[in-house]
Amino acid sequence: MPTSPNHPYIPNAVPETKREMMREIGIRDIEELYADVPKKLRLKRRLNLPKPTSEHEVRRHVEALLSKNESCRDIPVFLGAGCWPHYVPAVVDTIVQRTEFLTSYTPYQPEVSQGMLQAMFEYQSMICEITAMEVANSSMYDWASGLGEAVRMAVRLNNRSEVLVPRIIHPERLATLQTYVEPLGLRIKSVGYDPKTGLFSLDELKRQCSDKTAAVYVENPSYLGFIETQVEEIAEITNHKGALFIVGVDPVSLGVLKPPGEYGADIVIGEGQALGNHMNYGGPMLGVFACRGEIELIRQMPGRIIGMTTTLDGSKTGFCMALQTREQHIRRERATSNICTNEALCALASATYLALLGPQGLRELGETIMVKARYAMQLLSEIRGVKTPVFESSHFKEFTMNFDKAGKTVKSAHQALLKRHGIHGGRDISQEFPELGETALYCVTEVHPEEEIERLAQALKNVLGRGRR
Amino acid sequence: MKGLMFKQACWDEPIILSLGRKGRRGYVLPAIKEETRKRVGEVFTSLPPKFRRKTLPRLPELSEVEVVRHFTRLSQMNYGVDLGFYPLGSCTMKYNPKIDDVLASGVAEIHPYQDESTVQGILEILYTLSKWLAEITGTHEVSLQPAAGAQGEFLGALIMRACHKFNGAIEKRTELIVPDSAHGTNPASGTMAGFKIVVVPSDENGCVDLRALKAAVSERTAGLMLTNPNTLGIFENNIAEIAETIHDAGGLLYYDGANLNAILGKVRPGDMGFDIVHINIHKTFGTPHGGGGPGAGPIGVCEELAKFLPIPRIGYDEKQKRYFLDYERPESIGKVRGFYGNVAVLVRAYAYILSQGVEGLEEVAETSVLNANYLVKKLSQIRGFELPYAKERPRKHECVFSAKTLYKETGVRALDVAKRILDYGIHSPTTYFPLIVDEALMIEPTESVEKEELDRFVEVMRKVSDEAYSNPDLVKEAPRNVAVTRLDEAKASHPRTMALSWRMHQKRNVIKGGVP
Repeated sequence: MPTSPNHPYIPNAVPETKREMMREIGIRDIEELYADVPKKLRLKRRLNLPKPTSEHEVRRHVEALLSKNESCRDIPVFLGAGCWPHYVPAVVDTIVQRTEFLTSYTPYQPEVSQGMLQAMFEYQSMICEITAMEVANSSMYDWASGLGEAVRMAVRLNNRSEVLVPRIIHPERLATLQTYVEPLGLRIKSVGYDPKTGLFSLDELKRQCSDKTAAVYVENPSYLGFIETQVEEIAEITNHKGALFIVGVDPVSLGVLKPPGEYGADIVIGEGQALGNHMNYGGPMLGVFACRGEIELIRQMPGRIIGMTTTLDGSKTGFCMALQTREQHIRRERATSNICTNEALCALASATYLALLGPQGLRELGETIMVKARYAMQLLSEIRGVKTPVFESSHFKEFTMNFDKAGKTVKSAHQALLKRHGIHGGRDISQEFPELGETALYCVTEVHPEEEIERLAQALKNVLGRGRR
Repeated sequence: MKGLMFKQACWDEPIILSLGRKGRRGYVLPAIKEETRKRVGEVFTSLPPKFRRKTLPRLPELSEVEVVRHFTRLSQMNYGVDLGFYPLGSCTMKYNPKIDDVLASGVAEIHPYQDESTVQGILEILYTLSKWLAEITGTHEVSLQPAAGAQGEFLGALIMRACHKFNGAIEKRTELIVPDSAHGTNPASGTMAGFKIVVVPSDENGCVDLRALKAAVSERTAGLMLTNPNTLGIFENNIAEIAETIHDAGGLLYYDGANLNAILGKVRPGDMGFDIVHINIHKTFGTPHGGGGPGAGPIGVCEELAKFLPIPRIGYDEKQKRYFLDYERPESIGKVRGFYGNVAVLVRAYAYILSQGVEGLEEVAETSVLNANYLVKKLSQIRGFELPYAKERPRKHECVFSAKTLYKETGVRALDVAKRILDYGIHSPTTYFPLIVDEALMIEPTESVEKEELDRFVEVMRKVSDEAYSNPDLVKEAPRNVAVTRLDEAKASHPRTMALSWRMHQKRNVIKGGVP
């Protein structure tokens, strides 16, 4: 039996050490250090928690629990909707596991944190390159909360009372936006779409956009996967009314799609998970946040921004946190946001990922995804009763699939796919967008081999019980 | 001095965007069959011409080797918990168990919208963790959704808002009270949630001034945000009376969980009268801080407030023995982010609590407090540093020293002390916080440091004090042994000299120094 307690993470738990330290302090019992906690408030029993467990047992237990899951490693999964399966190169995992990065914190002492600071500056710089914006912060929590922060930033800039969002928006992003702006009393109005193409209704936008509009928000590619091509027109209408133009992007698309900085975006947000971060059952994610270079905008940005500087003697370039007077630890109730701990390590993963890809890699990634997604759409649209995509527009990696004429609900078709064929279908959006009927949102990326796509088509055909047209 | 040598790596590592050569690549994409390509046709040129990317982004073109070397070199210029003592007050920079990282990788490839039948394991972990956290904090129900402590605070303040709204009182309950010693996130979160911040001063013991608090509460009071032990490391022993004052006025009590480490298994926020509690998973439950995140900031609430928690909740169906996501919460405030929370961080916390067990968590609290009080005793004997507020009272997990005397007598400031500490291979304490202490050095040793390292830290502090009195310039010119000497932070923030991205730097070319 061990002579000292089992606390591998607590070096001073050894009773003799404790006694020595207590002697030094002048106490006989640790309890004396809690003497000022009123007795009546003290917990008079032990917490109802497990006993201490050895690493081997913890491992067996947790691995047994995790083995009850079926992940995208076990079965083909065609889900996207804001969290996407992309391949994460081994280099990325290796770099984020460097414990000098992993076990550090906010670089309050920049002189011993140059590594993370430079990496964050590089992340910001690469985000600026792919979005064609001037400034990016070093991360928000995710796309959804980034949207909340972006709209709040717009309101700080123009003090207006409404925001326009597309009717086709991720419902969780809309819900998060509502939570973020509710205290401001801001009104969220949605702009409808052309039922044929899914694209923004410009007429409706013109009608709704006014001098009350703080910002107009567009997602590209949209939540339902098609590309919103009228962005220049939208930017013009928005500018005309003096509102800010906020664009939400899937950054993976920016090797093939025109970057928002080239079509007038004032603020760009997006989901950086796609850039080298695992899905992790939805978190952590990585909120991308960038804006134009005007000082008025930069001063209203939320979050941490890393800047380049020099040593005080000017002899060497270095990096430190910039514009800290916007942040909560300095500005307190007048801060631009309350964010402190962010998603720095995920930003490091994205910086590593983008450095591996380079310009050509990002282009090829976009093309590969488009080829595979299109291949899937072609195969799937051959199934009788299936309409895919629902909208006649260009799509990137996600697309809608309607089952109305197949005589099955998405739910029952997907259950059969999963139970009988071991394939996980896309996201059932028939509740989210009832006007689209029995429709699902599918996602195909570079991780889906053609065989898997063919298997999906075959299985779905089987499930829907009919042959080729 | 023996055992105090330190020299951080110092690579002249250029900005990655300036590295590489045309044609190099660090990643090859999965192949596509020729027949697939043929069948699908050209994709890029099928895009509407005005919507194609014309010029590729100016990303670097690098081989895998160069990318690995670049970031590995950068990592060597970064100080983390695994390198040594990191007494950054309020941040609880404790050891991050490696097994927890290993286990967390088991959720990497799970998609958040997978069918519930395929995610029973992870749902069980999250469900159990939320029960454990409720037990630890003495709350009724816990939501794991917030991504960080500050988001937990924002959510907590929104729940206060929702509760007053539910009771038809939000029009008049507009004020949120925070002590002058509070973390900056408290007033910032309260403002985001639409409240006016009312600051109450601390008394001569460094605790909330009860008389001032009583004067500040009114029918406008929405609630109070408090951390206990407070940022001085002192337990607010009037907490029962504080809670009564707020509750009698119709307000709610919010617990900032930044300092929970000190009281695990000893006293619970819920039992102190707090209605809403956030937990900093990355502090108390040993998950890595990641250079600034990701963390996780779950919140626990009393029974009355549970209906306002964000959706979805994780439920368990006893009959069918299955876990499920519950969206049927009509009074819920909605969502503060996408999906369910920082799951990979939460899995680590599950493994951490299981490893430590109930006795281990008590040991965490006791030893973190023992270590802090040991430092109080030792550092009080060093010239130039003194312990402000209630000297006779024990500290909890952290202590705050003032370098006011040192500054007065030598001209060496807390900032200089912090920079000189870096030269000895130790991370500095938090400086200039809390705001109620002049020349503050806020020191949180945590439980995961051995006595020898504490003694070494004391020796370093003594040495720095000696240096300040004998050769103050040596301290003022620190650090010397780390990757760069003191940086010009004003230059980084000045509109004329700011360079916040590589393209901004290239356009303006205002930062002129050596490499990178």
